[in-house]
Amino acid sequence: MGRMIEIRWHGRGGQGAKTASLLLAEAAFDTGKYVQGFPEYGPERMGAPITAYNRISDEPITIHSNIYEPDYVIVVDETLVSAVDVTAGLKKDGAIVINSAKDPEEFRPLLKGFEGKIYTIDARKISVEELGRYFPNVPMLGAIAKITKLMDEDAFIEAMERSFHHKFATKPHVIEGNMRALKRAMREVKGL
Amino acid sequence: MTKERKMNIREDASWKEMLQGGHIIDAGNAEDFKTGDWRSMRPVWLPDKCKQCLLCWPVCPDMAIPVENGKRKDFDFDHCKGCGICVEVCPFKAIDFVEEE
Amino acid sequence: MAIKDKLSGNEAIAVAMRQIDPDVVAAFPITPSTEVPQYFSQFVANGQVHTEFVAVESEHSAMSACIGAEAAGARTMTATSSQGLALMWEMLYIAASLRLPIVMSVINRALSGPINIHNDHSDSMGARDSGWIQLYCENNQEAYDNLIQAIRIAEHKDVQLPVMVCYDGFITSHAVENIELIEDEKVKEFIGEYKPQYSLLDRDNPISMGPLDMPAFYFEHKRAQAEAMKNAKRVILEVAQEFEKLTGRKYGYFEEYKMEDAEVGIVIMNSTAGTAKFVVNELRKQGIKAGLIKLRVFRPFPFEELGKALSHLKAVAIMDKAESFSTAGGPLFTEVRSAMFDYAKDTKAVSYIYGLGGRDVRPDEIMGVYKDLLEIARTGQVKSTFNYLGVRE
Repeated sequence: MGRMIEIRWHGRGGQGAKTASLLLAEAAFDTGKYVQGFPEYGPERMGAPITAYNRISDEPITIHSNIYEPDYVIVVDETLVSAVDVTAGLKKDGAIVINSAKDPEEFRPLLKGFEGKIYTIDARKISVEELGRYFPNVPMLGAIAKITKLMDEDAFIEAMERSFHHKFATKPHVIEGNMRALKRAMREVKGL
Repeated sequence: MTKERKMNIREDASWKEMLQGGHIIDAGNAEDFKTGDWRSMRPVWLPDKCKQCLLCWPVCPDMAIPVENGKRKDFDFDHCKGCGICVEVCPFKAIDFVEEE
Repeated sequence: MAIKDKLSGNEAIAVAMRQIDPDVVAAFPITPSTEVPQYFSQFVANGQVHTEFVAVESEHSAMSACIGAEAAGARTMTATSSQGLALMWEMLYIAASLRLPIVMSVINRALSGPINIHNDHSDSMGARDSGWIQLYCENNQEAYDNLIQAIRIAEHKDVQLPVMVCYDGFITSHAVENIELIEDEKVKEFIGEYKPQYSLLDRDNPISMGPLDMPAFYFEHKRAQAEAMKNAKRVILEVAQEFEKLTGRKYGYFEEYKMEDAEVGIVIMNSTAGTAKFVVNELRKQGIKAGLIKLRVFRPFPFEELGKALSHLKAVAIMDKAESFSTAGGPLFTEVRSAMFDYAKDTKAVSYIYGLGGRDVRPDEIMGVYKDLLEIARTGQVKSTFNYLGVRE
């Protein structure tokens, strides 16, 4: 049986963490994986901490519980690092990816003794520079694909491009911006 | 004037013979049921006073006033429930209304 | 060739409804079923279906409109959850007793109170005696497959009963997973054209529906309704066989997972069955002969088949995601154990009520149930018949 990767997302209501988890599922599906993408529904308020999950595997996935011991944790809003126990259950050999301009090791003291790998990606800077607005999802996805090596890099980039062509058929300039943001994030992720 | 009946609304019919859901597919099946015994008041037709204006015929809710060749006949007491509407409507007082015995 | 896609349960159901292209959909939104009429109404607006979409003011009205439409001879569908199903209650019985083959998705959600929007089976379990056929689904694929089969089962001339297709709110309805879709034209061919035996709009054959039924006749009509449910047992398997020819996917009354040589097992429905399969695989790696039965058809209840399937086990746990408040286990436990009285007398049976109001069920908790069963199998003693899983004691 192939390895199943489990991912937990932390974001704030309205920031698109749920959408990002669904986009990751879609990209992984497009590269031939079995996927799950599901949010944990709570009181849905703008700004409230929310959690979403992904399972990605080479084999069909039957398990339908939440994820308690993730391989990866992704933090879409760095203020959550001190507000939520983001490393809860995170595997020792797992990794955390934080959307921040800071260096990864600056977060180590905040992560309650977590000894695994820490990565940061400045999704805000990349997004603002390439898209003109703050949409952190695409740079985050680029960083995750790079870090997790879940999917073949070229296959992932092709899958994302197909998906952008589908979504932004009438706005080709948006496709180019997103592709630049994606590739830049794959280069600029810190902690590799 | 018995029409062809596809339903088996009989108290001795088994569930296998009856139609699903209690659907009623035979229009005008009221004539199969003798409802005249619900009657506590009874209309009495007085042919001598009757002018055959037929105002009674359309108001009867149970179609219990048979008409042949443009003329009414005596009540169909198998189906008349004794509501008395015909008594009220008759302009010539040609229908009496008496207690059923 | 099958179409590989990734869809949430609600998306899959909406796609199936687009392919079925019913004559009428009457629905009222309620979490977590809301997306079904929402996505479907987009298909209506885009002209992708010819359906008359009736936006009503309550679920009671939704089911009433469905009854009217179906009685008029229209293929009719709807979807609801929780309080919505509860508000439909009296109309559910009328739909079934008038023998109207309406097909409804029930996106399982806890009933209030206290108010809760998350998943358990208290809504559809409460409607178990309403005369509707009930199919339960582990994931988006089964929800899609069951909805398409439901049309054929409901409309079969020997059945003529409404069907609920039940799947877990949020866990299945809102989770995106892989799925294989059937081509539109193959779905159309599979379900065929709807030719109602009786309909109110058939001018040449006038009909009255829903008359007063006196004691001399009501009982006979109920007996005939029960017979239709019995016929459904045969038809469900016939339709499943045809569906397997079309898709290669096998369906029956229940799925037996690693049951051939199993010594302990659980009986469970919907999404948690998938989590339990994961646990069975883990136990098998340790050499423990564990199995499970995932019940698909709860109404009609496969009494003899399920009873016999449990006869070779030493111990079985029957897991209910609904509380019956009988103090004697959940509704599934009561019925399964009743079947075991005739067909599996030597198998010890225990009840677990789990996951109420969306309480997540972890693999280690299900592992705990199997550990309890192994202890019962070893000692032959049941210490506690009625149990709760995952509640804070």
